[in-house]
Amino acid sequence: MRQMVARRLAFAVPVLVLVALAVFLLGAASPFDPIFQYYGVGIFTASAAEVARVRETLNLDAPVLVQFGQWLGGLATGDLGHSRSLRQPVVEVLVQRVPWSLLLAGTGLVLALVLALVLGVLTAWRQGGWLDRAVTATAHALEGLPSFVLALGAVAVLALGLGWLPAGGLTDAGAEPTFGQVARHLVLPVAVLGVSQAPWLVLHLRASLLSALAEDHVIGARARGLAEHVVVLRHALPTALLPLVNLLGARLPELVTGAVLVEVVFSWPGIASAVVSAGLDLDFPLLAAITLLTTAAVLLGALLADVAVLLLDPRVRADG
Amino acid sequence: MSPLTRRSVVVALCALPVLAACSAPSSTSAPSSAAAEQLGLADGYEPESLHPLLGYGTEGASRIFDGLVAYDAARQLQPALAAELPSPSADARSWTVRLRDGVTFHDGSSFEAADVVATYRALLDPASASTETTTYSMVTGVSALDPRTVRFDLAFPYAAFPHRLTLGVLPSEALAEPGPAEKSPLTTKPIGTGPYRLAEWRKGERMVFEANDSYWGGASQVRRITVVFATDDNTRAQRMTSGEFDGTVLPPGLAHTFDGRAGYSVISHRSADYRTLMLPTGNPVTGDAAVRLALNHAANRQGMIDALLMGEGEPAYTPIAPALAEYAEPGATFAYDPDRARQILQQAGWVPGPDGIRQRAGQPARFTLMYPASDTVRKDLAQALASDARAVGLDVRLEGLGWEAIEPRMGADALVLGGGNPFDPDLASYALLHSSFAADGFNNPGSYVNPRVDAALDTGRRSTDPTARAQAYREFQRAYLAQPGMVFLVFLRHTYAITGSEQDYRARGYQPIIEPHSHGTGWGPWWNLEDWKVSP
Repeated sequence: MRQMVARRLAFAVPVLVLVALAVFLLGAASPFDPIFQYYGVGIFTASAAEVARVRETLNLDAPVLVQFGQWLGGLATGDLGHSRSLRQPVVEVLVQRVPWSLLLAGTGLVLALVLALVLGVLTAWRQGGWLDRAVTATAHALEGLPSFVLALGAVAVLALGLGWLPAGGLTDAGAEPTFGQVARHLVLPVAVLGVSQAPWLVLHLRASLLSALAEDHVIGARARGLAEHVVVLRHALPTALLPLVNLLGARLPELVTGAVLVEVVFSWPGIASAVVSAGLDLDFPLLAAITLLTTAAVLLGALLADVAVLLLDPRVRADG
Repeated sequence: MSPLTRRSVVVALCALPVLAACSAPSSTSAPSSAAAEQLGLADGYEPESLHPLLGYGTEGASRIFDGLVAYDAARQLQPALAAELPSPSADARSWTVRLRDGVTFHDGSSFEAADVVATYRALLDPASASTETTTYSMVTGVSALDPRTVRFDLAFPYAAFPHRLTLGVLPSEALAEPGPAEKSPLTTKPIGTGPYRLAEWRKGERMVFEANDSYWGGASQVRRITVVFATDDNTRAQRMTSGEFDGTVLPPGLAHTFDGRAGYSVISHRSADYRTLMLPTGNPVTGDAAVRLALNHAANRQGMIDALLMGEGEPAYTPIAPALAEYAEPGATFAYDPDRARQILQQAGWVPGPDGIRQRAGQPARFTLMYPASDTVRKDLAQALASDARAVGLDVRLEGLGWEAIEPRMGADALVLGGGNPFDPDLASYALLHSSFAADGFNNPGSYVNPRVDAALDTGRRSTDPTARAQAYREFQRAYLAQPGMVFLVFLRHTYAITGSEQDYRARGYQPIIEPHSHGTGWGPWWNLEDWKVSP
């Protein structure tokens, strides 16, 4: 297994470099010109000669491969570069924003898992009951619903309509980011993220639990007269959980993109808004750093899921 | 979302135990206006940096920085970091500024001539890549005559030069190393001498200003200002309604939803913020003198103001706002007269074709009008103008684009342009209409060339005699009117929603002002918060 982990990690390096290169190439092909962002309203009074001189000073017109080379060189020495759109070192941007994104995505994932476990078990156990029918229908509907639609709906109903929860931001205007404040503002985005990610997990767990319930060892357990909750939770659930771990790894990219959309809708000060401004302003260093980070998170998530399966299920072997 | 799914979403959400635990009844702690020492404002625009060399607070609208001079409520320059107004040499080519004593920066260092020299030298240094260099291109040298006196040397006599001295002054220590301003720590951790220091900036969310107790003008009574950033106008209005802010800037339509609502008022400020139609000389239709004149008579300016801006604007005919009464030529207007417009076109040989569109020698009277796609006011004005033009037989095709796409086409296609300055006619008109700036970036993008206009603008720029200047700018307006190069449409009014009443605000120290193009919570009713009294 150690071999597999090492191989996967080694393979990740060229993948990351290629992804970063793709970011630079896509950026160079986009119609955006960073000079407009740099100048702001100042562009309307600046002379053409002056703008050309600033372009040269800032090295904006360097060929994309040269810019990529410079960025890669900086990366090798641990320098992630300077974000032009946020006028901050990239490291500072990440340090300020990634924790908030992790908080949101992490809590959202936990919520999705809890929902999956509770609803998955209940629906499989009482297959065909009213709860099963309601949950299955809702889950299928939610699968087809983009997370930002869900987010806007939740804002309209719970924040604007009923006024129960704040519509956005990290805290109330002017309030300090205390635990209570952040917790209150976290509820709605986490609920949306969790609910939008849960359907796949719920339906998947329900299906595998249903097949587990029909397996011989479960029938055996029932025949021995064990209590129903022991049969379901101790005998059927563990077999059904294994594929869920795999699915979780595979759905990580969805979680990341879902989190980006949710962050934008709720003005959550995570990396999402930085992604947007970096994209519009052709902020290569920030764009590349964030893309690398999310790619790495996805690769690592998939790896962890595989390792978990290896550890949990003695039947599975690392290939090679 | 169908009603069914929305209901199921609500059901699903309500089922969450975590939600029930946190859904305490709404007790949003709205900052009460009784706590007058604090103010919570919402702005639709977040500055990208707080570095004066990158355009922050260049017209003096900064709480963090002081310039050598600053504007008062009557738009007159008053000494700030200068001890008295700058005095010109006889030829107005060098300006001497004596500096105020006993001023300290937020970091405790004392303010001296070296700081002024360092700031302006860094501005002019190409290595800084400052965005403001063009407006200071006449400066050839800055030197300290002694620790309390600075002299600026100019390439030519420039009467409006003191208006350029509103730039925020930075401590020389922070500018010791030449290099791009965007990489300086000052972009996010500014050090100024102003009435407020930056206490916190959570990017994308809010900025907190705290009163500077050692401010040379005396410590402000409004101790703490929180500016929350919410770019969407509707969101801002919504959060204002829920009592989250003490005030915000809103477009006229949204601002007036607060009319008559208990506890709220609307304040609107006149401005020199014009919207104009830039007409490229190089285009055979928009470059034609008759078409330009006819468009100016065909545009129903008051109609646009009433229908699109809820009355919050004034008709514009030249870049000189009526607010600049001492310079404005009273008769410099174009009557709204479609018949006259048709007559002008007819006489110039533009005759109606079979499709109703005029043409001359096979050239249809048709041009493209571009506007920045994200700006709804400009889009509305462009549509209104297109319909007014259609009524006199001119075909205007509209295109909403990004600035990247607009810039390379400005020589061939018309554009809805915005800008304006209420402080000096030179700042408002020279780069916009003088031939020396023709097609120089976004300055005079239509390449308007009029020797009479050039001569008047030059006289106004070089003379320091107020009467001679006033005469020159009146002549400039007459010359422009005889041969217009643009279609100035409106000077916008900037509208703000506040909690409480305008009387309360006035009692506390608010004074109405006339604003430039830039506005927001740094301007508006809050432009002089440092002078407000907590208890009237």
